Amino acid sequence: MEYFIQQLINGISVGSIYALIALGYTMVYGIIKLINFAHGDVFMVGSFIGLYSARYLANAGFPPVVVLILSLVISMTISALLGITVERLAYKPLRKSTRIAALITAIGVSFLLEYTGVLILGPQAQGFPDIMDKKQYTLFGSSIQVESNQVMILLTTIILMIILQYIVRYTKTGKAMRAVSFDVEAARLMGINVDRTISATFAIGSALAAAAGVIFGMTYNSVDPLMGVMPGLKAFVAAVLGGIGSIPGALVGGLLLGTVETEISSLGFSSWRDGVAFAVLILILIFKPSGLFGKNVREKV
Amino acid sequence: MKKLNKNFWVGIIAALAFYGVVQVLLTTGIFTDVTRSMLLLIGVNIMLAVSLNLITGITGQFSIGHAGFMSVGAYTSAILTLDYNVPFVPAIIAGGLLAAVFGVLIGMPTLRLNGDYLAIATLGFGEIIRIIMLNTEYVGGASGLSGIPAKTTWTMLFLFTLITVVVINNFIGSTHGRACIAIRENEIAAEAMGINTTRYKIIAFTIGALFAGMAGGLSAHTFYVITPGSFNFLKSFEIIVMVVLGGLGSTAGSIVGAVFVTLLYTYLREFPEWRMIIYSIVLILMMIFRPSGLLGKTKFSLGKFGKKEAKANDAISENSAP
Amino acid sequence: MTQSAKTVLLDVKEASRSFGGLKALSEVSLHIDTGELIGLIGPNGAGKTTLFNLLTGVYPPSTGSIILNNESIGGMKPYKINHKGAARTFQNIRLFTSMTVLENVKIAFHQHARHSLFTSMLRLPKHFKGEDEITQKAMDILKIFDLDEQSEEVASNLSYGNQRRLEIARALAAGPKLLLLDEPAAGMNPNETRDLMNLIAWIRKEFDLTILLIEHDMSLVMGVCDRIYVLDRGMLIANGTPTEIRSNPKVIEAYLGQEA
Repeated sequence: MEYFIQQLINGISVGSIYALIALGYTMVYGIIKLINFAHGDVFMVGSFIGLYSARYLANAGFPPVVVLILSLVISMTISALLGITVERLAYKPLRKSTRIAALITAIGVSFLLEYTGVLILGPQAQGFPDIMDKKQYTLFGSSIQVESNQVMILLTTIILMIILQYIVRYTKTGKAMRAVSFDVEAARLMGINVDRTISATFAIGSALAAAAGVIFGMTYNSVDPLMGVMPGLKAFVAAVLGGIGSIPGALVGGLLLGTVETEISSLGFSSWRDGVAFAVLILILIFKPSGLFGKNVREKV
Repeated sequence: MKKLNKNFWVGIIAALAFYGVVQVLLTTGIFTDVTRSMLLLIGVNIMLAVSLNLITGITGQFSIGHAGFMSVGAYTSAILTLDYNVPFVPAIIAGGLLAAVFGVLIGMPTLRLNGDYLAIATLGFGEIIRIIMLNTEYVGGASGLSGIPAKTTWTMLFLFTLITVVVINNFIGSTHGRACIAIRENEIAAEAMGINTTRYKIIAFTIGALFAGMAGGLSAHTFYVITPGSFNFLKSFEIIVMVVLGGLGSTAGSIVGAVFVTLLYTYLREFPEWRMIIYSIVLILMMIFRPSGLLGKTKFSLGKFGKKEAKANDAISENSAP
Repeated sequence: MTQSAKTVLLDVKEASRSFGGLKALSEVSLHIDTGELIGLIGPNGAGKTTLFNLLTGVYPPSTGSIILNNESIGGMKPYKINHKGAARTFQNIRLFTSMTVLENVKIAFHQHARHSLFTSMLRLPKHFKGEDEITQKAMDILKIFDLDEQSEEVASNLSYGNQRRLEIARALAAGPKLLLLDEPAAGMNPNETRDLMNLIAWIRKEFDLTILLIEHDMSLVMGVCDRIYVLDRGMLIANGTPTEIRSNPKVIEAYLGQEA
């Protein structure tokens, strides 16, 4: 039992990373019905920006907490700009095309980011600086251990979630986002600037992915230009699992997938871990394509 | 129909002439081994592109798992020749058939999905096949199978490629192919007009998988080694690039795309990251500026899918009815 | 209604359909005799297209039964229903836009094709015979609709009126007993509409068809239909000859209420 709980705790940190990335997928899909394949690569870019900022700031002698917060902010800001740029250059011209054309483009953008990364940064992995000392805490006198990093991940995720909920529920941009995802044309007629709302969605989604990237770097200490592929796909699975288009769904889907994967690995099937994620994806797509929290959409005849 | 027949024979004769010339150049040693393996790769890629085009370009089912079918064919035929001494041609065909079985298996459950959901599901299937291979000791796990006899000759490859192109093209040009195109154009209308859309989607996946599987087998018997990594998401992506580049829905386009991508692949072998960057930029620009592809002759454009503006003032002359 | 001598082709019994909590159709019962031309009218959102979608299998009825030619078709797949003899057109035209006019019609003949997949892939003689047969039949249909000269034109290049006509031609090609036309005259001017109605009356005789016709505009169908069903808010509120319908207070209310 304790072992199980231990794995659950480990799963939550992986799951938080999936959840943060999944949010971007789900928000973008909700608003323009595009699987933004490049999203996992924004996560990668965010991680690298975090890495360089953290290195620089740590060398400049800032205290660890400041380094963490500043790296997050810098990485999230630049990645948000990247997200907007990608949307403007690659997706906006295809707004009226078929979804397949947009999907092919998204795959193209994804590979472009990855291999531009390989070209500039080299294919080899780089170590992420240790921003904070890692500590182990033992829970309730049992053998269950929690790392300081895991606490940090959970805290960051929760804070970002609260901010996101606030933006989506109470700000003008958030209301516009909900309106556009509900009905683009109606939103336009009501005077909502659709283009700006879509950009905002990409910006927020990319910023969240970047935060996930920084957290990922701190947890696994290793980043490389192709690191976004698997977490990106997994996060997409998480988004589908939770119900694509649903923000709470992305969170639950991410955490669920993270824990399932960790449990599978801990049972000694780590080489099957990725397969399980895809099997989950296919089962969900076949039996409940709307996911846990999604709603059914049917083509009008 | 006569015209169709004529074009058909002109095509066959041109292909045979091409075969003859290459055969002479190969036997006289004017073509080096490098050129030879490039030609073999072109053939394999043509088979892959033409078969994916049937699924994606003709039937409109976007699939990012084509390399998975290739993988099944490659592993099956390699095991048959390595462990069971099965002759080359039956081994290749068996690989294709098993891949076709996978095509049915994958086709059936995923057919309830469409558009990008299907794409993701096929990607998932492709990855699952890869992970199964990776974890199966019998097929060598991560290191794959090596020492596969290099039995794919130019003649064999040419024959298989020709058969692939002719059979798939015959399919497309028949009422069965039209049924598939109708699904791509408007699935609801196709179903309402009596097309069993599920059946035709499965048929497209099955035929596509059959030839992709054979292509996999031929490729395994060209390059000695196969690993699960040879058939990953990147390979599937590469096949998509070929089809999209040539023009979704055009067999000729797929052939041109396959040749182009293979040349790019061969000449940029030393610079893999540049190759991928060029692929992606070509793909993005293509989707934005020329979604019908290089040879996209049909009106099928990914861009404009909606119906034309209503022109209500067109004359309707019912009196012409007898 | 005297149906003693006639045979019932379509019999709908208490068919309902809900979407989530919304009841789009509730307990609709209607019957159509072989050879009749029936109008289905009602204000916007009355459930006319939903009824068509039930009849053609786009979705199954939530409850109730649909009998076509003595066979229950409720919940059958659309292509099966088409094979059983019901073909339709769509309110928002659904042609195979990048295929030619001829190919559009050929699709409807697919179910009657006698050459198999295998013969086609190998181009055996039977393939050519089968394809020629389909082409010939499709051209015959196109001639009736005066579209034969545009047979090689891509469907999306046709004028709007011709696209509507092509849709009817395509539905006819499937060889239906029951033809369902969903606002075939939408977007046409009064002259075009009258011409189209004449054409419909003509093909009905020529092909021994039974026709169910949705029209938004009441006055339009008055001239051609034998009987008219009126839907309002998912319920059948009237049924009768055009004269009866014209003076039915419920119908007048439904329409006036709509305009008020």
